[in-house]
Amino acid sequence: MLETNLGWNDILFMLKGAGVTLSITAWAMLGGTILGMAFGLARTTLPWWLNAPLGAVLDVLRSVPLLIQFVLANSFKSIIGVNASAFTVACVMLSLYTASYCSEIVRGGILAVPATTRRAARSLGMTYRQDLAHIVFPMALRVALPNWIGLVLSVMKDTALVLWIGIVELLRASQIVVTRLQEPLLVLSVAGLIYFLMSFPVARLGARLEKRWHEND
Amino acid sequence: MIEIENVRKSFGPLEVLKGVSLAVQKGEVLSIIGGSGSGKSTLLMCINGLEPIQGGRILVDGTDVHAPGTDLNRLRRRIGIVFQQWNAFPHLTVLENVMLAPRKVLGKGRREAEEIAAKNLRHVGLGEKLSVYPSKLSGGQQQRMAIARALAMSPDYMLFDEVTSALDPQLVGEVLDTLRMLSDEGMTMILVTHEIRFARDVSDRVAFFHKGVIHEIGPAREVIGNPQMPETIDFLKSVL
Repeated sequence: MLETNLGWNDILFMLKGAGVTLSITAWAMLGGTILGMAFGLARTTLPWWLNAPLGAVLDVLRSVPLLIQFVLANSFKSIIGVNASAFTVACVMLSLYTASYCSEIVRGGILAVPATTRRAARSLGMTYRQDLAHIVFPMALRVALPNWIGLVLSVMKDTALVLWIGIVELLRASQIVVTRLQEPLLVLSVAGLIYFLMSFPVARLGARLEKRWHEND
Repeated sequence: MIEIENVRKSFGPLEVLKGVSLAVQKGEVLSIIGGSGSGKSTLLMCINGLEPIQGGRILVDGTDVHAPGTDLNRLRRRIGIVFQQWNAFPHLTVLENVMLAPRKVLGKGRREAEEIAAKNLRHVGLGEKLSVYPSKLSGGQQQRMAIARALAMSPDYMLFDEVTSALDPQLVGEVLDTLRMLSDEGMTMILVTHEIRFARDVSDRVAFFHKGVIHEIGPAREVIGNPQMPETIDFLKSVL
């Protein structure tokens, strides 16, 4: 019962997949957060005739299943002859998908900053940009952080879907090992453990920051 | 000198200032009293350009506040304003709250900004609270911090918009004492206030606002002690 054929080489193979998972997550969070901040800020400031189409695009990105977006983008890439790897497609699409969620988180954070506080900042002679940089963003960050941490964890698991466009990340690596060893329960448990070990520090970091900030509230 | 000439201000169809004219000399303390919705607070926002106006003009030392070319950010350095809600920046310590504008707006170095901030905080009696976050302060202390924050810009004028209205009664005194101190030091101030007795004691002149116009203006003791207009008499009866 306890005998297994799962060897170090298999685990190493899965860890390599985990590396790909982490790498895609990092790129998606980087791109998605930068774009999400820009879109989120734009959505609180743009006039409605620009805001509405931007909101619509972000709604589409949020509403269409990620799997469909990956497959469509990967096929479309070949059709229009762009020479990008599946990895690049995965990072770009996941960035956009992340940005669509992140923009709402950012928007909510910005709207949570009371107008009276912003007015106080402007009344001291601060410019619009100074108000954003020194008052709005730091205050919005405290509101947005728990949701953003949640987004990181969710995106990390969503990366599993890139296996459909041929990328060997943690889940695909685990499937390959399962196919060879025929020990799905053990292998998937190990994969789950690796996902957990990657997520846990992020969640802990978020909890620590939150605690530190709440001591001042 | 602040010159307010026939200012009109509307929020949509609602006209809140219907031709207000007023001049405040350097060193003068003017209190504006009147019922809610009489346009008192709105006038203060118009003076430092936080609110646009629809007619008339406001000159601050000769600068037309609402003229298209006016650099409002520069103008606001000279006009401090303190609001009813003290509007602390919650993510910054008391010292950092007061340092921020001297550093970012006036371009002072960290050390100099710290000195300015600490000096002004000690001045309003918060010298012991420099490294505390605003959430740990009482309302009265937060309001005094807001006053120090405005003073740290070394403004020529200070506007106070019902700064004691949101405070618990036992905290009103400490803020009024701070205002009294500033007036004794010769600061030019416009106070929108419901503290009628305080207005009488501390101001040079008092203006009574009613439905968007000044009904009565004059030396503090006369307007409050011996009002002439029936609206002023009614209002003072209702609040004293």
